[in-house]
Amino acid sequence: MLDTIVVVDGAPIVSEKKVDALSKVLKKLFSEAGRIRDDTFYMPLNEEGKSKGYVFIGFETPEQADRAIRGLNNKRLDAKHTLLVNRFTDIERYGEDDEEEVYEEPVEEEYHEQEYLRDWLKEPNCVDQFVLHRNETVGVYWNRRGEHPETIVSREKWTETYVAWSPLGSYLCSVHRQGVQLWGSNAYERKQRFMHPGVQLLDFSPCENYIVTWSPEPIQMIPEDSPMRAQFPFTPADEGKQIVVWNVKTGLPVRTFSAAVAAENEAGAGPAGPKKISWPAFKWTSDDKYLARCVQGQQIFVYETPGMGLVDKKSIKIDGVVDFEWSPATMSSGTSKKTEEHVLSFWTPEMNNQSARVTLMTIPSKEVVRTRNLFNVADCRLHWQSQGDFLCVKVVRFTKTKKATFTNLEFFRLREKNIPIEVVELKDTVMNFAWEPAGDRLVIISTSDAPAAAPTFVSFYGLERSKGVNGQFRQVASVERKSSNSIFWSPKGRFVVVASVGGTSNNTGELDFWDFDFEGERKEVAGAEDVPANLVLMSTGQHYQLTDIAWDPTGRFVATSSSTWGRALETGYRVWDLKGTLVREEHLERFKQFLWRPRPPTLLSKEQMREVRKNLREYSKVFEQEDLAEESQASKELIAQRIRLLEEWRAWRKAVVAELEAERGGVVPLAQRGSEKEDEVIERIVEDIVSEKEEIIE
Amino acid sequence: MRPILLKGHERPLTKLKYNREGDLLFTTARDKIVNVYYSHNGERLGTYMGHQGALWDVDVDPTSTLLVTGAADNTVKLWEVSTGRCLQTWEFNTAVKVSTFNEDADRLLVVTEARMGFQGTIHVYPFVIDLEAKQATEPILTITSPENKFTKAGFSYLSKYIIAGHADGSVSQYDGKTGELLKNVPVHDKEITDLQFAPDMTYFITTSKDKTARILDTKNLKIMKTYTADAPLNTGAITPKKDFIILGGGQDAKDVTTTTSRQGKFEARFYHKIFEDEIGRLKGHFGPLNHIVVHPAGTGFASGGEDGYVRVHHFDKSYYDFLYDVERMRPEN
Repeated sequence: MLDTIVVVDGAPIVSEKKVDALSKVLKKLFSEAGRIRDDTFYMPLNEEGKSKGYVFIGFETPEQADRAIRGLNNKRLDAKHTLLVNRFTDIERYGEDDEEEVYEEPVEEEYHEQEYLRDWLKEPNCVDQFVLHRNETVGVYWNRRGEHPETIVSREKWTETYVAWSPLGSYLCSVHRQGVQLWGSNAYERKQRFMHPGVQLLDFSPCENYIVTWSPEPIQMIPEDSPMRAQFPFTPADEGKQIVVWNVKTGLPVRTFSAAVAAENEAGAGPAGPKKISWPAFKWTSDDKYLARCVQGQQIFVYETPGMGLVDKKSIKIDGVVDFEWSPATMSSGTSKKTEEHVLSFWTPEMNNQSARVTLMTIPSKEVVRTRNLFNVADCRLHWQSQGDFLCVKVVRFTKTKKATFTNLEFFRLREKNIPIEVVELKDTVMNFAWEPAGDRLVIISTSDAPAAAPTFVSFYGLERSKGVNGQFRQVASVERKSSNSIFWSPKGRFVVVASVGGTSNNTGELDFWDFDFEGERKEVAGAEDVPANLVLMSTGQHYQLTDIAWDPTGRFVATSSSTWGRALETGYRVWDLKGTLVREEHLERFKQFLWRPRPPTLLSKEQMREVRKNLREYSKVFEQEDLAEESQASKELIAQRIRLLEEWRAWRKAVVAELEAERGGVVPLAQRGSEKEDEVIERIVEDIVSEKEEIIE
Repeated sequence: MRPILLKGHERPLTKLKYNREGDLLFTTARDKIVNVYYSHNGERLGTYMGHQGALWDVDVDPTSTLLVTGAADNTVKLWEVSTGRCLQTWEFNTAVKVSTFNEDADRLLVVTEARMGFQGTIHVYPFVIDLEAKQATEPILTITSPENKFTKAGFSYLSKYIIAGHADGSVSQYDGKTGELLKNVPVHDKEITDLQFAPDMTYFITTSKDKTARILDTKNLKIMKTYTADAPLNTGAITPKKDFIILGGGQDAKDVTTTTSRQGKFEARFYHKIFEDEIGRLKGHFGPLNHIVVHPAGTGFASGGEDGYVRVHHFDKSYYDFLYDVERMRPEN
């Protein structure tokens, strides 16, 4: 009976006259949670007839009491009064325990040496690791030269669905029914586990401090007497939530959120029913300081770590906002030049007689630093260059008749005063767009608006630079490629692979390997003379029905793979070098994933990098010698092995033949008789008279 | 050199057989007929007609006088090679999968399938190479394998052993005279699809649906070599003269309609016998390869496909010239 009673604290203290009015207000408020039993609304009064600021309320069932606690605890009644709602039994229990409790010295945990998580980076030749997931087996391998990758570790049933690397390569994540596990160090021991039943998606913050998981199953509390309860990380307040942000180091949840889907439904946008959730649910700034998500059409929520509170305790209301992106870099804010601030870019479509608009806003000062008005907009995509120097807004616009669309590329130059904007107008629809990492060049794939048969063009752009001054973006080259649909830049820039990706049967899997700075005779491109580029198609390759392409983090190799998840029939992977020569090919049945292990950013300063680049020739000499030595060593081993095989076989044959001869005792079986006889060639000349004609010569 | 395309069958090929000299090539298919061709130009000499079901095996005695065929109509038939006359018929309870001679053709070995309550059985009959003779109709030896049916079988050198491949991928060695089981070793993970002896029969090659081929020592069934392919294998042959093997297979016949010929892997694959490396592929068939045989003199090979065609290849000079560096360094004395 007692568990149906809640104690409400923090109610206003009122005089006798107002007690009735207050009772009425509170009764009304609490009857939202359930039916209040008539006799159990009790507000104690003091001798003067004033209320004491607390109330006892009894509900019909304990569930209703629970609902009241969940719904009304911390409810702000007015500016001064916030209600605190607790279970009556809890107050009793905690009140009693106070006296009995004896302080117990916590057991000091023994110190365990932690293995260094980045040990793999010590590999002297910068060899990269990759993960192969086939059938039920997950293995991690070194990408060494040679026929077969060198196994580091391989485990059956390591994951229940898929595996993923953390963004800096410190952890390998495996996804299970119960939650996510992180594995690391050289032996791939378990480093952390996050219990999130039914988890399906995960996303790391860029510095690996936080991990976000999503499960389609809302969190449910497990019974208190369950043995699992001790490990269960969630509190009743987390019930019903689907997205959890975890601290990677402690393994504990930092904050839970309801799924983005729910937020959209609240906005009333679109019909009800199962919606695709947009993932990642949160976009992080590059330093893990802020994370944000957007409720389409209404507002952007920006949370600050580690507290996970909203910046300025309120969301940013933006009518009609569709999408936003963080700049990968910070910039000095407008008012105080000294502080570096993050830049948030977002766009709003045309509505209420207002033009569409792209806005850049600094966080946390929430100052608008630049806006751009646009007309006849169908869609916008925001593409940041990896250093935050440029923002390219890909604007899909309607023609005047609204029947067709074309594309504008609007370049925001963040590093120049007042952020000037340059527009490149294209007649075609841009299907894909990619910035050169840390560069100022880009590749786009475009097609004219007409249906399928229309030709597809791959175009290359670069920024003019004369006498150290940035000019305009100019087209360097444009080629027709029927099936190309994806662009993959080398993580170090300069090289780019343009490919057709997809597991459909009509995907031929063509790969074009381009070099932007070919070291050879420079071809002058009319109109783009000042663009520092010399574009050359180095080679082409093919991987039928490829579904995935990935550069290794050092930009030396490209892996193409066709996964059984991508519906490809011929599954397996290939590794190419940056010039487009096939290095290795493996057909693996029920092949699922090929993932390079990412590397953290380099520790070299800009000066040191410049120094290395300057002395590249000397470095490459050393490397070439090492390669040669390794190669000759490998071929020596191979030759030795072949000689051994050959000798073994011949010795065995000799023994067997001798034994057989002895057993036969000189009798040649019928099947072998006559085989010593040389073929007899019988030549016969047959004369055929084709025709005879008699001519009399006069 | 361009292969000779033989279009004498209307259904998938099942078996090819060169005679001892290699001038004749016998072919069987599911279309109930046996064809014989001149191997050097592909000219058809004739057809042996009389079976009521798909043919599974054909063998010719070393003197090229008599031909023996086994078929799904539960019979083995004996034919006169030169006239196509059917001389004798043996009847069985179930389909005949193998009908083959030993090296002297004084024994005939027949394998019947496990069906309808009958066990898979190896029958051995005495045989004489004589057109006029009445061949024995009672076997002198029968071997059954209740649990594990036979897929292929044959006599070893000196008819000392009978080597049999099984549906579970294992290989058995029986005594050639008593039929006693001497050895059974697991070799493949899946059904054995072909078993062909080297010319002197001291070793043999097995192929399997598990995408591998293996060479085994006849005497002790030791696995000597393993060749890994990327498709299920139906057949494998050992080449005389050169240290190669030729493997054939491809996507299962029942899956073929869902794949293009590109994905089917319908190529003849050449592997180096000793180094186990793949050294070449030969395209041509547009269905899985069901059987490959090598010319007894090692001058060419023939392949029969699910597509109903036989392709007869004669090797070029480059085939004979091909040697690994280590082979060149250490020529066989």
